Amino acid sequence: MKRHISTTIDGEALEFLSEDGQTLLDALRDVLLKTGTKEGCGTGDCGACSVMLDGRLVCSCLVLAAEVEGASVETVEGLAEAGELHPLQKRFLEGAALQCGVCTPGFLVAAKALLEINPDPSEKEVRYWLAGNLCRCTGYDKIIRSVLDAAADMRGETE
Amino acid sequence: MSDEKKFRWVGTRPIRPDGVDKVTGRAQYGADFALPDMLWGRVLRSPHAHARILSIETGAAAALEGVHAVMTGQDLPDLFAEKAAAAGGHDDSNNLAHNVMARDKALYHGHAVAAVAATSREIAERALELIDVEYEVLPHVLDIHAALAPGAPLVHPDRVAQGIENSGPSNIAKRLQIGHGDPEEGFAEADEIIEREFSTRPVHQGYIEPHACLAQTTQDGRVTLWSSSQGHFMVRDYTAKLLDIDLSLVRVIPAEIGGGFGGKTTVYLEPIAVSLSRKSGRSVKMVMSREEVFRASGPTLGTRIKIKVGVTREGVLTAGEATLHYEGGAFGGSSVGAGCMTIFAPYAFPHVRSTGYDIMVNKPKGAAYRAPGAPMAAFALETVMDELAQRLEIDPVDFRLRNAAKEGTLASFGPRYRRIGCVETLEAVRDHPHYSAPLGPNQGRGVALGFWFNAGLQSSAGVNLNPDGTVTVLSGNPDIGGSRASLAIMTAEELGIEYEHVDVMVADTHAVGYTDVTGGSRVTFATGMAIIEAVRDVMGQLCQRAAAVWEVDAERVSWHEGEARLDGGFEPAPLGLAELAKNAGKTGGPISARAALTARGVGMGFGAHICDVEVDPETGRIDVIRYTAVQDAGRAIHPSYVEGQMQGGAVQGIGWALNEEYVFDDEGRVQNPGFLDYRIPVASDVPMIDTVIVEVPNPAHPYGVRGVGEVPIVPPIPAVVNAVHAATGIRFCDLPLSPARVLARLDEARSPGSA
Repeated sequence: MKRHISTTIDGEALEFLSEDGQTLLDALRDVLLKTGTKEGCGTGDCGACSVMLDGRLVCSCLVLAAEVEGASVETVEGLAEAGELHPLQKRFLEGAALQCGVCTPGFLVAAKALLEINPDPSEKEVRYWLAGNLCRCTGYDKIIRSVLDAAADMRGETE
Repeated sequence: MSDEKKFRWVGTRPIRPDGVDKVTGRAQYGADFALPDMLWGRVLRSPHAHARILSIETGAAAALEGVHAVMTGQDLPDLFAEKAAAAGGHDDSNNLAHNVMARDKALYHGHAVAAVAATSREIAERALELIDVEYEVLPHVLDIHAALAPGAPLVHPDRVAQGIENSGPSNIAKRLQIGHGDPEEGFAEADEIIEREFSTRPVHQGYIEPHACLAQTTQDGRVTLWSSSQGHFMVRDYTAKLLDIDLSLVRVIPAEIGGGFGGKTTVYLEPIAVSLSRKSGRSVKMVMSREEVFRASGPTLGTRIKIKVGVTREGVLTAGEATLHYEGGAFGGSSVGAGCMTIFAPYAFPHVRSTGYDIMVNKPKGAAYRAPGAPMAAFALETVMDELAQRLEIDPVDFRLRNAAKEGTLASFGPRYRRIGCVETLEAVRDHPHYSAPLGPNQGRGVALGFWFNAGLQSSAGVNLNPDGTVTVLSGNPDIGGSRASLAIMTAEELGIEYEHVDVMVADTHAVGYTDVTGGSRVTFATGMAIIEAVRDVMGQLCQRAAAVWEVDAERVSWHEGEARLDGGFEPAPLGLAELAKNAGKTGGPISARAALTARGVGMGFGAHICDVEVDPETGRIDVIRYTAVQDAGRAIHPSYVEGQMQGGAVQGIGWALNEEYVFDDEGRVQNPGFLDYRIPVASDVPMIDTVIVEVPNPAHPYGVRGVGEVPIVPPIPAVVNAVHAATGIRFCDLPLSPARVLARLDEARSPGSA
């Protein structure tokens, strides 16, 4: 049976039909064609599908599409304001914090969630917060540095 | 080119051309394409490690509402069987075809046996459950010992070993031997000889993006594929070959690639997707689950290496000898050849011999993994080098420096080295503050050296000058780690224009000339050479246009800093790129060039790593607490992405050393096909990875580039293991150094009665 879902995604009110058992990740990617959110494992182990659901960081592969009825979902696609990248996006680019880039959407969403609750994290705090996001290319070094740099930017401590 | 030459762009760190797409979610990877008529393809995989397929009943699946096509191995042409029989069962195309889908036998837990295409993934999954396969389960072999035991079950009963005279059928696919001199003579001259045996377990490349493709076919036989791979020409050529289609009818459009590390240099899904599309008349999308990635793609498999090294009291190597057994999976084809060639490569050995055996077992068909074959070989050699240094009471870096390969050294794999940076790399380690920093309790430091050949191969490129003076570059290599940036930098440097005025496109198989895979650390080196050649052609055309404007001989015009200048004589104002581009239509037409080449003069690569660990005596857990990677890059075109390769390779190697392994049950089934149980390093597992880029330019490349992508995974395993020895006094010869194994050895060493 299909369910009618009304939700808000990246600030836009949307409606879609969800199959029983369909995950939020599949609804985003296959129904709404929002493919910026990636699937790396489908079992909540890699963090590539990270989104914010009513302000909470979740793996969208572990959330049912039907659960977002009336909720607000934020994905990587809503991170940049019109014409202006988010400080995390800028720092990821300047710091070469991505190689293949497929884990990047999940890292950006997860890092943004961290900085919302902890604007001045230590390196160790960043590493543990992002321990649920797998990257196989970078060895994490440039990702961690870029998150710390973006945090400083957002605190207004840099130019 | 003089080393002092100052560059405007080379060596700077501009933002990559594809960067914004990749931080906003706009970049399209393999699974991000869709078409209106699209079906979802799914694969049924063998639940057994080794089984004869007696029958496959697909009627119920085909009858399910929403199912549009069902296929088995019988639907694929068997084009190579005769060739394979003539070659003792070893035709690579036949192996590839049979790996894509099993025919009479399933050879590993995960081997594809059938596939369906349906209107949704869920219907496709339900249809798979309705396919009834009758198997006769056969005895299996899972590792080298079992495969070589007398009376072992044979993975391929019709195959005889290549490289062994008059042998009967066995699980040995191939034997090879390389070397020079007489090791017996060398060992007779040695004051110290160490002989050890090492083993490694199967590990997966672990790219985050599962394999994915979308296939569209037409009634007149045309095929369009959107596919994530390390080479869309590879996808085109393999798919066309397996399905017997003309290459001109197959167009492969490269998706962005979400990691490969060698594992995406072959096809798994594409021939199936095309077949399902042809059967159904619809486009077909296929995406592997993570479980499928682990069970049916990659990995690099287990190895056993026996090594013997001799040295004089003064610390001069006299001989090396090694026997390497590498599992190649269900079809052979392991990286044992490269293992044999690299194991003694970093040093000057007067006498050296390596013998390799490629072993067939009931595990997935092995695929390339970053410096294929070399990390396991370096594990063996560099651990023994550490032990020899200890026995001789020589500093381990000094010991390596005494024996390091340099220009003119006879390499263990045949040629004499040209200009290489092995010595410079080791000196940078010796001089690094990390190397002499103090250590705390339960901590230890290890160093190790690593070598990789790097590849040249074939590359094509196109350079189009736009009317506004900007430039579009066409490359045939998927950008796996920032190569668009390095290619744009070299283009801007050559032309003397702004970096931002260059865009680089990874063009599809119909739009750019043939290009080999993004592999062998070759793109910035080889495809860079093709692009530079095309850019220089464009610069020649620009000079001709300026000469025509000035009505002088073209020889008198040369290109400097983005403009044409007249050499000597009268002095018209130089003609800039923008002006020449704008007027191109009036001076002879659009300006563009192509180049295609086989890149020669590959710059071989060396890296040396310093690793500090802390071992928890209570739990056996090993923490890497400080790590420094040093590597000769020849010339770092974009240093950030060179560092990124070094850091990523180091952490991948740390994972291999400490955590990663496939676990099989007694029936040969993979027990940990997911990231929860196959644990790759996470951010909290590792420290920052310091890097030192050494630049010993490769004389054969216009900017001195050496490949950098693969070398960084060669030293980490022995660097970690040597550090653990320094911390605990225990030498580990078997990977991985998981806490349970380490604790057992610690307990053994602490138990009463142990020395």
